This record gives sequence, structure tokens and C-alpha cells, in this order.
Amino acid sequence: MAGQTVTRAQLSEAVYQEVGLSRNESAELVETVLNEISGALARGEMVKISSFGSFAVRRKGKRIGRNPKTGKEVPINPRRVLVFRASHVLKDQINTALSKDAALLATRPA
Amino acid sequence: MTKSELIQRLAERNPHLYQRDVERIVTAIFDEIAAALSRGDRVELRGFGAFSVKRRDARQGRNPRTGDSVHVDQKHIPFFKTGKQLRERLNEGM
Repeated sequence: MAGQTVTRAQLSEAVYQEVGLSRNESAELVETVLNEISGALARGEMVKISSFGSFAVRRKGKRIGRNPKTGKEVPINPRRVLVFRASHVLKDQINTALSKDAALLATRPA
Repeated sequence: MTKSELIQRLAERNPHLYQRDVERIVTAIFDEIAAALSRGDRVELRGFGAFSVKRRDARQGRNPRTGDSVHVDQKHIPFFKTGKQLRERLNEGM
């Protein structure tokens, strides 16, 4: 796998290329999008992005955990966790692209 | 919140932008993330979270209804790990 890391910079660049805004404003919009999503999730709302996936907040009850190093029991308080479920469109897109890569590598003489 | 509600909210906050442009912006962001994952790249958005692709090796599975042994091809699954700041935001006031 390529193993590169994409960050806010590349997302801003994509926005900049797509719409005629300044680089600064493009970066701000990326931030606003992430903020709106975070805000909805913090309110306990589910966020569904069609053909990408959905983010949902799940409540976890109190349970007794264990410190793996000392073996001591420690209580884990109730908390909220985020789960992301990729849509079939995204899964298919990734698998089509990556299996093609693998096929190419397999046919190439070492 | 759906994608169209997200677009709606952003449009309200940015009255100087056409709704059509807001739509293109949101689509561009998610398309860029999807494209990165399709290359096998990781997408790291500090404070929000990180998207990555995990490989699942091919395996012999079983049809749970008939018990028949079936071959399951190698596949890749997208994965999201919540960022520290967002995780804290979810648990504020708990």
C-alpha cells in the first residue's frame, strides 16, 4: 500500500481547486465542515453522509476494567463513543481500486 | 444530520456562498477522503479523527445456514479512529 498521509492541507487544496475561493477561505471551510459534524455528534445526533458512511454515537455503560500492567481492577465510567460505518459505495470503491493494484503487482515480474 | 442538512447549515453560516458551491465543497471533501483511502493512504485530521484502510486476508468461511465451506477473498475495510479532542467533546459534562 502507498502509505501516504493526507491531512487538512490536501482537503483544503481540493476545495480550492473545486470552487473559486481563496486558499484561506477554503481551509476555513474544511474546518467548519469538521466542526459542524463534531457539533452534531456532541449533541448525540447521528451524521449520515450518503455514499460515504455514517457516524453514530454509542453509549457505553459502566464496567470493571483491568490495568493490564498491574492486573488491578479499575472502574470504567459510562462514556460515549463514536462508531463509523462506511457505506457500501465507499467499501466497493476502495476494494475495486486496491484489488486492481494487487493484480498489477502480481503480474509484474519481480 | 444528513449530508443535505450539513450543506444547509453551512449555507446559512456562509450567506456569501451559493448553495450550489457549498454542495460542491462538501462533496469535494468527502471525495478527497475516499480517493485517499482508495490509494491505500491514511487521512489524518487532528482533533477530529483518522481514516485508514485495513486489510483482511483471504480465509475459508462458512455459510452459516448450510454449513458449507466457502472461500472469502482478501478485502480492504475502511476504518475510523476518533480523535482525542472529539472524543473529549462527546463526553463533556458526563
